[in-house]
Amino acid sequence: MTNPTTTAGNGAATGAKSDHEVAQVASQENVALPPRKHLLDLDDLTAAEITDLLDSAEGMLEIIGRDVRKTPALRGKTIITMFFENSTRTRVSFEQAGKILGADVINVTASASSVSKGESLLNTVKTLQAMQIDALVVRHPHSGAPYFISNHTDASVVNAGDGTHAHPTQSLLDLFTVRSHVGDLTGKKIAIVGDVLYSRVARSNIIAFQKMGAEVTVSCPNTLIPDEWQLDSTLGSETGFGGLKLARNVDEAIDSTDVVMALRIQQERQDAGHLPSLREYSDRWGINAQRMALANDGALLMHPGPMNEGVEISSEVAHGAQSVVEEQVRNGVAVRMAVLYTLCAPGKSTRLAGGGDEAQAQA
Amino acid sequence: MAARKLAIIGGRVIDPVQGIDRVVDVLISNGKITGVASSSSDNAYDDYEVIDASGKIVSPGFVDLHTHLRDPGQEWKETIVSGTRAAAHGGFTTVCAMPNTDPVQDSAAVVEDVMRRAAADGVVRVLPIGAISVGQHGKQLAPMGELAEAGVIGFSDDGNPVADANLMRQALKYSVELGLPIINHAEDKKIGAGGVMSAGLVATRLGLAGVPAEAETAMVARDLHLADLTKARLHIPHISTIGSLVALRSAKECGVNVTAEVTPHHLTLNDEWVFGLKGEIPAQVGSEAYDTNTKVNPPLRSRADVEAVIEALSEGLIDIIATDHAPHAATDKVCTYDEAAHGINVLETAFASVFGLVDASKISIERLIESLTAGPAAILGRDLGSLKKGFSGDVAIIDPGSKWVVDPNEFASKSVNTPLRGVELTGRVVTTIYQGETVFDLRGAIGTFSEGVKAGAGQ
Repeated sequence: MTNPTTTAGNGAATGAKSDHEVAQVASQENVALPPRKHLLDLDDLTAAEITDLLDSAEGMLEIIGRDVRKTPALRGKTIITMFFENSTRTRVSFEQAGKILGADVINVTASASSVSKGESLLNTVKTLQAMQIDALVVRHPHSGAPYFISNHTDASVVNAGDGTHAHPTQSLLDLFTVRSHVGDLTGKKIAIVGDVLYSRVARSNIIAFQKMGAEVTVSCPNTLIPDEWQLDSTLGSETGFGGLKLARNVDEAIDSTDVVMALRIQQERQDAGHLPSLREYSDRWGINAQRMALANDGALLMHPGPMNEGVEISSEVAHGAQSVVEEQVRNGVAVRMAVLYTLCAPGKSTRLAGGGDEAQAQA
Repeated sequence: MAARKLAIIGGRVIDPVQGIDRVVDVLISNGKITGVASSSSDNAYDDYEVIDASGKIVSPGFVDLHTHLRDPGQEWKETIVSGTRAAAHGGFTTVCAMPNTDPVQDSAAVVEDVMRRAAADGVVRVLPIGAISVGQHGKQLAPMGELAEAGVIGFSDDGNPVADANLMRQALKYSVELGLPIINHAEDKKIGAGGVMSAGLVATRLGLAGVPAEAETAMVARDLHLADLTKARLHIPHISTIGSLVALRSAKECGVNVTAEVTPHHLTLNDEWVFGLKGEIPAQVGSEAYDTNTKVNPPLRSRADVEAVIEALSEGLIDIIATDHAPHAATDKVCTYDEAAHGINVLETAFASVFGLVDASKISIERLIESLTAGPAAILGRDLGSLKKGFSGDVAIIDPGSKWVVDPNEFASKSVNTPLRGVELTGRVVTTIYQGETVFDLRGAIGTFSEGVKAGAGQ
């Protein structure tokens, strides 16, 4: 994420009075307001900023639980979700988050947009920019695409998953889910089992959980980690993932952990020669009751979905007592509400200059 | 122009072929070098046009074995006109045009068209490179004999490595009779399939698919063995990995007929530049990351690889510097990293960027100039790259103390795709003379040419 230094005027022009009003709105919604313009990854957030976002998501969860799930917090704001990759849960999650907050949410999918007509990403973004939108929620198959977009739009950009790079809102909802069960994450152990090489969820979660003080261990076939990583080692700080443990095998990774996270394994990995077969993967890395028994009592089982039941996770544990998979989905809406509110709440608009924002903040 | 007599006086002349490194005057008449004379204030050059080069380095005009002029076919990126002017801006008086044009330079007709238009519209010498295979498809040998007769100086399928080892073997073998080198982009495309930058910590951090160094090394090793088998001439373009250097050293020791080039960017930039902070490693990935102007093939390698190629160039294991000047339009670079085209715009920054290594005492100025002049001329087997009497009057004059900031908008090239935008470099080509005519002079307005230059374009 980047600070809003490029939107001269937004912060300064609102002034003290406006800031006060914003704070009032914030406290009504129980939301903290770090001065952010974009959410591109979690690597440039401090633990305190992440905690603020999670705290605000607690308030959002309460709103979701109401009979009338609607607040005017983002009334008059336009949020576009722009998905260049298939996704149901993440897109719907953002859409619901925006709608509960009162924003107008427009969904653009690559197949339905001009992208399929050969228009460049730059021109697509400029076209949307011309329509005065407040936030762009982007999923793109290319790593770094949201960074590129953030350089060419005044709207807040939220990374909803870019290539194999990052998926920050998934990590926030995972942190939120774990925190709601175990409290402080300091010293807690989490094992991530799956396709680390191609997984943006793994990358973002390693950074996120380490930032919050947890110890992260990964396990997967050696063909699914970068060549410069070695099994049975701990990464140094020069890697950008310092302290990450690479287990020799899955049992070692899961042993005495507080959280086990299974990642989706895709048929393409078998086809590209990373795996002999999904059957062998399931046998050697699949999470089942026997393996869950190695974890601490009451350990949580997570999966970012969609699950291949019977491959990376057995149906028995996927729907068992330790599974928090459905909680993750519910929490995803709350966390995305917190993100959208933080980035485009009244008074913090990245689109309008100060005056208009004040009027909206009072409305 | 024929009557023009030129005296370049008072400069430090470095001509590795003649073993000259001292202050002498260079005399040119009728487009040819007529000799060098000891500098003296007593020298009277009454009927000469005199260029005062005191405080400057006077070098034979640079020779680039690896240039993409994009003409015919992609004239929005570069043309023979703009590309040869970019060459002149960089001190290059000879450029070898890669055949990945549209149509491909795989027939005499296309090659002759390029040569004819280069002679008419170019401001420096253009020597074409022919394709190895028809259409650069790697299936059937191009008419290499016909191409050689048309004037190509070697054969390359450029960015398309000859994947079929037997076709490579036949190309090498067939070329022996022609006496021309096979220039094969060494990359096993399967090893790093889908990769867009060098594999390693930076790629992992950015979530970009990485190409391991071994994708190059493996094919370099294969090609060296095939060159040994066929006793043909092999030239390895843009060598960039430690492993390739190990294989190259071993092959040279065994007498394989091989030469190798390295680019200015592989000598000076590493994969950390992809973070977009001119080589600094950020604590967090910022919006400047994924700098598409760093996307090039072979990819920018690790620090260790960069140190190794510098040392190899310095000691002569790597024979020459070649630019792999690869201009691309803005639309090819203002996009995601995955979508971006490979290639860096190099001609106009080549000398200065590598001169930084001279300033850092990693390579001598003599070796640098040799690798831009005598070295490539020897591979071409032509009377170029020296200030010997009778050679073409091709000269680059360099101000070694000049500090300048790279502004691609000042490029003569049509394209601006350089990661060096805003970077301060030391050492600058200030004048370029081709066949006795001044084709670039920094003292004129930057990025423009004097009337005399344009008039000289017709030769």
